[in-house]
Amino acid sequence: MLQTQDTLAWIRTNLFSTWFNSGITLALGALLLYTVPQAWGWAISHAVWGADVEQCNAARGTGACWGVVAEKYRPIIFGRYPFEEQWRPLLATLLLMALLLASCMRVFWCKWLGALWVVVLAAFFILMHGGLLGLALVETGLWGGLPLTILLASLSVVGAFPLAVLLALGRVSELPVFKTLCTVYVELIRGVPLISVLFMASFLFPLFMPEGFSIDVLLRVLVAMVLFAAAYLSEVIRGGLQAIPRGQYEAAASLGLTYWQMQRKIILPQALATVVPGIMNNFISTFKDTSLVTIVSLYELTGSLDLAVNSQPDWMPYKLEGYLFIAAIYFVFCFSLSRYSQWVEQQVNRGKVH
Amino acid sequence: MALWRNQKIRGWIYQLLVLLLVAFCIAVLANNTLENMRIRGIQSGFGFLWQPAGFDISESLFSFESTQSYWKAFLTGFGNTLRVAVLGIILTTLLGVLLGVGRFSRNVLIRGLCLTYVETFRNIPVLLQLLMWYLICVELLPDVMDAEPFLGMYLTKAGLALPWFGDMPVKAGFGINGGITVSPEFLALLLGLTLYTASYIAEIVRSGIASVPRGQHEAAMALGLSRAQTMRLIQLPQALRVIIPPLTNQYLNLTKNSSLAVAVGYPDLVSIANTSINQTGRAVECIALIMLIYLSLSLLTSVLMNAYNRHAAIKER
Repeated sequence: MLQTQDTLAWIRTNLFSTWFNSGITLALGALLLYTVPQAWGWAISHAVWGADVEQCNAARGTGACWGVVAEKYRPIIFGRYPFEEQWRPLLATLLLMALLLASCMRVFWCKWLGALWVVVLAAFFILMHGGLLGLALVETGLWGGLPLTILLASLSVVGAFPLAVLLALGRVSELPVFKTLCTVYVELIRGVPLISVLFMASFLFPLFMPEGFSIDVLLRVLVAMVLFAAAYLSEVIRGGLQAIPRGQYEAAASLGLTYWQMQRKIILPQALATVVPGIMNNFISTFKDTSLVTIVSLYELTGSLDLAVNSQPDWMPYKLEGYLFIAAIYFVFCFSLSRYSQWVEQQVNRGKVH
Repeated sequence: MALWRNQKIRGWIYQLLVLLLVAFCIAVLANNTLENMRIRGIQSGFGFLWQPAGFDISESLFSFESTQSYWKAFLTGFGNTLRVAVLGIILTTLLGVLLGVGRFSRNVLIRGLCLTYVETFRNIPVLLQLLMWYLICVELLPDVMDAEPFLGMYLTKAGLALPWFGDMPVKAGFGINGGITVSPEFLALLLGLTLYTASYIAEIVRSGIASVPRGQHEAAMALGLSRAQTMRLIQLPQALRVIIPPLTNQYLNLTKNSSLAVAVGYPDLVSIANTSINQTGRAVECIALIMLIYLSLSLLTSVLMNAYNRHAAIKER
């Protein structure tokens, strides 16, 4: 009895509090009642789920053709990686994702996590690249799809982190040369679009190298992503540094600690702990930014979809369904990361004395 | 005390060493670049800017012909970037503010819709969204032949035809005459950038409003202002101080993201530069030009921003 009253009260305050509000509720409700069944019909009840082009053609306009995903999910997810060898990127990606997941959990926050990263990354490269332990060699140019997206995102942030800490320390330093150099770098990178940095990686990095020395496209793009992410990450870390009260520096100095001892033992641990949510947000943006490497012809998730669907004219009309499929993948990753970052924020705030 | 024990002197020595290191790296890179360009026979210098471009630009504010020079092509591209950025900024601000304010609505449907919108559009890469809108614009919209007018406008695969100062678009044979036509590329880019950035602006507006002390809201209600008046006259103006700096950042992001035009074939600054690189091989100069232009836009914005911040800072007694 009490419960129904509560429900009624909730409905009244949240949906029908005023005449105006009731009007909005009715209008929006009507709109939802009209659009949601239509969307449901297109995406679920009238959709074709099997990999059957003829059925898809018959259902065109009334239902989605998820058959394109059923037919092409392997080239979409793994890109141009040789078909028989695709268990390798699968295993490597699962390893890397398990590592990322472990890094997110409190139980695993201890000294050997760093060592674990080195081991897992080494295993990832051996599995993907092969040429060792009886695995066939697969050039980095053939890597693609989700493994490449996850690899680029995690390595960019991991690689950018030390650089970002140095840049942030330089920017708040009292020594004018360091301060100027770091400020110029950060503002320069933050002022230009990522795509111009990627163009630089693909057109200019080869010119920067000594003659007869060429670096792999993947490595070039990775370096560009690291340089780009570091500028943004350093601003996040600088925010943490500036939140440390002056007294902490003075206390450390009066204990006779050197600059690096002070940073390592007193300042950075506190500064980094406060900016963990910011670092997570940076990771989410980097994850989304990896989609841009398609433009410099590395076939990560977005690029591999184009490649997979454009290769067969039969499936071309159903590209939208393919896009929706990879949009769902991106969404799942980014959404769970942002939820995690909110949880971390709560944890960090809980430890603070107000 | 030995000289190297002095902290100040050591500081200067470190700085000198780093400066030398940076200078050395730059010198090595420059030397390698010049050497490589000499070997590959790449010409350098900005002289090419005065040569005829030799490619057409599909749309522009002012007419551009392939016989005109490269610098005019770059200018046209820059004009196209500004066109999409300015329109996008206006539209995304309107949408973003509505969505952000909607999060405080007393109607649970509005709150829910705004939240769903923000979470959906923020968590999908903007490039993917652009590609999807472009696909919808060029594949799923009706052909010109089957187009029906809607409020005097035609939305077809050929783009959007709008009435322009009494000049109504009319269907004529295989095309649409009159009015002004917006290309599908422009439409997809504008739509994608606007919808994506609006989700960020909504969050900025929401947290800005949330930062205004609750007492302000209660005091306004006690004075008998309606909820809409409270929002418009009391909460939003105070929230602006918190909202404006990250908002400018989003404007810059939108402008920088407009460089993704190259993926949908809209001739913005970066696509023009890309075409020029492919035609002339002068990658260094073209990339330098892009970076310089975007950099000056950002610097200009931050100068204006700082001026505004000084103006808007709370005047304390």
